[in-house]
Amino acid sequence: MKTHNSSIEHLQAEFDARIAEDAKIEPKDWMPAAYRKTLIRQISQHAHSEVIGMQPEGNWITRAPSLRRKAVLMAKVQDEAGHGLYLYSAAETLGMSRDQMIADLQSGKAKYSSIFNYPTLSWADIGAIGWLVDGAAIMNQVMLCRCSYGPYSRGMVRICKEESFHQRQGFEIMLTLAQGSEEQKAMAQDALNRWWWPSLMMFGPPDSESANTEQSMAWRIKRQTNDELRQRFVDQTTPQADYLGLTIPDPDLKWDAEAGHYQFGEVDWDEFWQVVKGNGICNRDRIRQHVKAHEDGTWVREAAQAHAERKAAAAEAA
Amino acid sequence: MSDHKLPLFEVFIRSRRGLDHKHVGSLHAQDHEAALGYARDVYTRRNEGVSIWVVKSEDIVASQEHEAESFYDPMDDKVYRHASFYEVPDEVKHM
Ligand SMILES: [Fe+2]
Ligand SMILES: [Fe+2]
Repeated sequence: MKTHNSSIEHLQAEFDARIAEDAKIEPKDWMPAAYRKTLIRQISQHAHSEVIGMQPEGNWITRAPSLRRKAVLMAKVQDEAGHGLYLYSAAETLGMSRDQMIADLQSGKAKYSSIFNYPTLSWADIGAIGWLVDGAAIMNQVMLCRCSYGPYSRGMVRICKEESFHQRQGFEIMLTLAQGSEEQKAMAQDALNRWWWPSLMMFGPPDSESANTEQSMAWRIKRQTNDELRQRFVDQTTPQADYLGLTIPDPDLKWDAEAGHYQFGEVDWDEFWQVVKGNGICNRDRIRQHVKAHEDGTWVREAAQAHAERKAAAAEAA
Repeated sequence: MSDHKLPLFEVFIRSRRGLDHKHVGSLHAQDHEAALGYARDVYTRRNEGVSIWVVKSEDIVASQEHEAESFYDPMDDKVYRHASFYEVPDEVKHM
């Protein structure tokens, strides 16, 4: 019989070997406490972003300019709710409870993507969000499909499949506006002006200031650094903006033929940290709305519980 | 003693690390622990798996295929949930 060595050193070595050979870590495997903690923070933050992200877009469902746009937007927002669910479930496999995650979101202890603290002022913002915000999210999520934690990586595969229409519907809105009247084109440009820089912030602080990146890369939770993803996003998105005939609000943006990349200006990281700290335009609204929706739903949860109890009692009596 | 008194378990196997558990079949066993052992003997004789789940069959609630039409009906007319619904100009890459 094989003797089983379960000392911490042995478990750690086994974990390290798995990571080294690019194998997945599964829920019942031993894992370092810091790995678990990092994943819980990242996955729950990701889940919160999907859920809070429904608010800025939901804001336009009743005012979508046609039945087609309305149906598409509803389908997209529904998807985001589903993404929240997949991610909360993935975090729960790490021993974190759903109730605790919701409590942490509402108390401000847990964060969500700061992009959702900006308001959606015009219909063009719905186009810009799909094109830029979902575009940036997809770039990050494609990377996370290869994350070392099995449930997270599998959730990402599913989410990426569903996301495929999100960016396209946004680009379609932008294209329609960009080819429309002068006012419509101005609306599209205004939306791009407001959403461009916050979209670049979605990839997180620069590598030089990102405390977690190095460890996350070593654990193969992440495969690319914030700056690498941000550069790729700029490289892919700039020609798309050109096609739309819109101007990216960055005077320093220019093609660097030698590097094979676009050079771009400095992100306003002070603004980023202000929004992260809760001082964005919509932070308070977003949480207030989440608390209200949760409280308004209390009767539904109570009714479901009462129904289940009554059914169980009837089954027992029969 | 009759086998029929033993509860039925459904068996799910993860064939490789990183993949989902997949349903492979069922078996009778006296309890969960025994079901795991039997599942190993019956379903993984050729190293088909790295992890097994056993779930009591009575705990599984399934939708019915003959009800599928009405059950999935709401999804039928929502073609816009697919990326192919949107036309992307040839010149636009990476979308
Ligand atoms: Fe999403
Ligand atoms: Fe999305």
